[in-house]
Amino acid sequence: MRNKLATGTVKEMGTAAFMRRRRAVHGWLLLTPALVMLSTFAFYPSLATLWTSAFSRGTRRNPSEFVGLENYQRLFDDPTFWTVVGNNIFYAAVTIPVSIVIALAMALWANAKIPARSFVRTAYFTPTVLPMIAAGNLWLFFYTPGFGVLDQIGALFGAPSINWLGQPETALWAVCIVTIWKESGFFMIFYLAALQTIPPDLKEAAEIEGASRWTYLRRIVLPLLMPTTLFILVNALINSVKLIDHIFILTKGGPSDASMLILYYIWENAFAFFDAPAAAAMTVMVLAVLGVVAAIQFFVIDRRTHYR
Amino acid sequence: MTLARRIENAGALLLAILWISPLVFAVWAAFHTTTDAVNFNLTAPLTLDNFRTAWEGAPWLRYFLNTFLLVTTVLIGQFFLCTLAGFAFAQVQFYGKDTLFVLVLLQLFILPEVLIVENYRVAATLGLLDSILGIGAPYMASAFGIFLMRQAFKSVPKELDEMARVEGCSLLGVLWHVYIPAARPTYIAYALVSVATHWNNFLWPLIVTNSDTTRPLTVGLSIFGAPENGVDISVISAATVMVILPLLSAFLIFQRQFVQAFLRAGIK
Repeated sequence: MRNKLATGTVKEMGTAAFMRRRRAVHGWLLLTPALVMLSTFAFYPSLATLWTSAFSRGTRRNPSEFVGLENYQRLFDDPTFWTVVGNNIFYAAVTIPVSIVIALAMALWANAKIPARSFVRTAYFTPTVLPMIAAGNLWLFFYTPGFGVLDQIGALFGAPSINWLGQPETALWAVCIVTIWKESGFFMIFYLAALQTIPPDLKEAAEIEGASRWTYLRRIVLPLLMPTTLFILVNALINSVKLIDHIFILTKGGPSDASMLILYYIWENAFAFFDAPAAAAMTVMVLAVLGVVAAIQFFVIDRRTHYR
Repeated sequence: MTLARRIENAGALLLAILWISPLVFAVWAAFHTTTDAVNFNLTAPLTLDNFRTAWEGAPWLRYFLNTFLLVTTVLIGQFFLCTLAGFAFAQVQFYGKDTLFVLVLLQLFILPEVLIVENYRVAATLGLLDSILGIGAPYMASAFGIFLMRQAFKSVPKELDEMARVEGCSLLGVLWHVYIPAARPTYIAYALVSVATHWNNFLWPLIVTNSDTTRPLTVGLSIFGAPENGVDISVISAATVMVILPLLSAFLIFQRQFVQAFLRAGIK
């Protein structure tokens, strides 16, 4: 009797192990296509970038050789590189807070009982579905000196013509404004969704307590929107690296690198100057920054917002 | 209504007008001669000449076809890869799953846009340069899509799964008959986001294509509008309106679905 029971268990354990192995095979089979593609176009290129960044630029006469950190040193000694880094930090420091604040205002308005609400919502969101290249063209009409919309409005007030895109002091601002225009409406919808989950009793309670709308916003709404804000912040950070298409139309990084951003500079180094090692070294640095953002997302933000 | 309220309403409306104005100006310029457009001659007659000039200036039909093929290719690839991977992560228990999942999530931050240098070499090695597949390939195994499908499959009731298994469905059968139909709204949302993204994508297509037979609309538009081509602002506006029209009208008609899609895709 005892013996029989034991063989039964062994058999069951055998089946369980078999099933487990079968499941593992199934799991890996299902994942294989995605893993192959991810390895080819994400993991391998990341490692290859690191590798390329440690070799000199090969020419016909001098084949590329291992140079360690020399490419990085070359970048650090290059004043243009620091201009570009500074520009990108400026770009992030302007576009991230401004578009988050505008997105929040848009969401609060689009959620309130205002006249022409559906028009307002559509107007806010529309730039999201336009390509950055098209956005560049649309804004070109605003920025062009002489007959551009901004200049004509300025002329009404007797202001002199300004070449917004052609002078170093304003070019980067002009680029920032297009980015803010493009991403605010996108961020708005996340705030809008979050606002709609706030129970209306909270507002009633605040009103009964005699709290002003401002107090209600500051003490109740904003803290409740915190997880959304963090989510948007991560997206905005990524965008401040990624959103550069309009530079191809508006300024091409000029004048004298005043609106050059790091991804554009990487592109220029790799595909216009054919300096792949420099481009690779910059890519490695960008990946490192994005890695820090990823770490913050995984270990700080996800721990607090539990949407899984 | 209090004064503050009124000011706020006005502010909301003003911001909306400001936000839509670049598009309105472009549409207005597209239908007027350059002189009328830049002088804001409000009573000027409408014209289609700009569209005619723009249309003749570049192989737009080819660009439209390329963009259409591109978004379709990417979407099919994404659906296939992300469905299988998302299903594995959601419903199959196996050793090493969690590590793999973290690895996949890492790709959320390794943007294909940043890896242009090495991806170009990979595409060259695989013979994918200047092909639609080459533009689409780096985006197919999207970590974002895998994550999205995993979440969708996780919320499918276990009973449905068990019922199908009792009736003798294989693993893929269960996926096909139970999970995929149940995740329909997520597929629609993912499709809208993916199509909108790749219709608008520029940098990688610019790098990987070098002929009109593969260039998508965005790259075509950037070449068409390049200053060295000396095209005037009305014609550029006409071309821009033409390029954004399909996606924009789709958005205006299916606005709710679009916004819902972006939300579903973003909030996870």
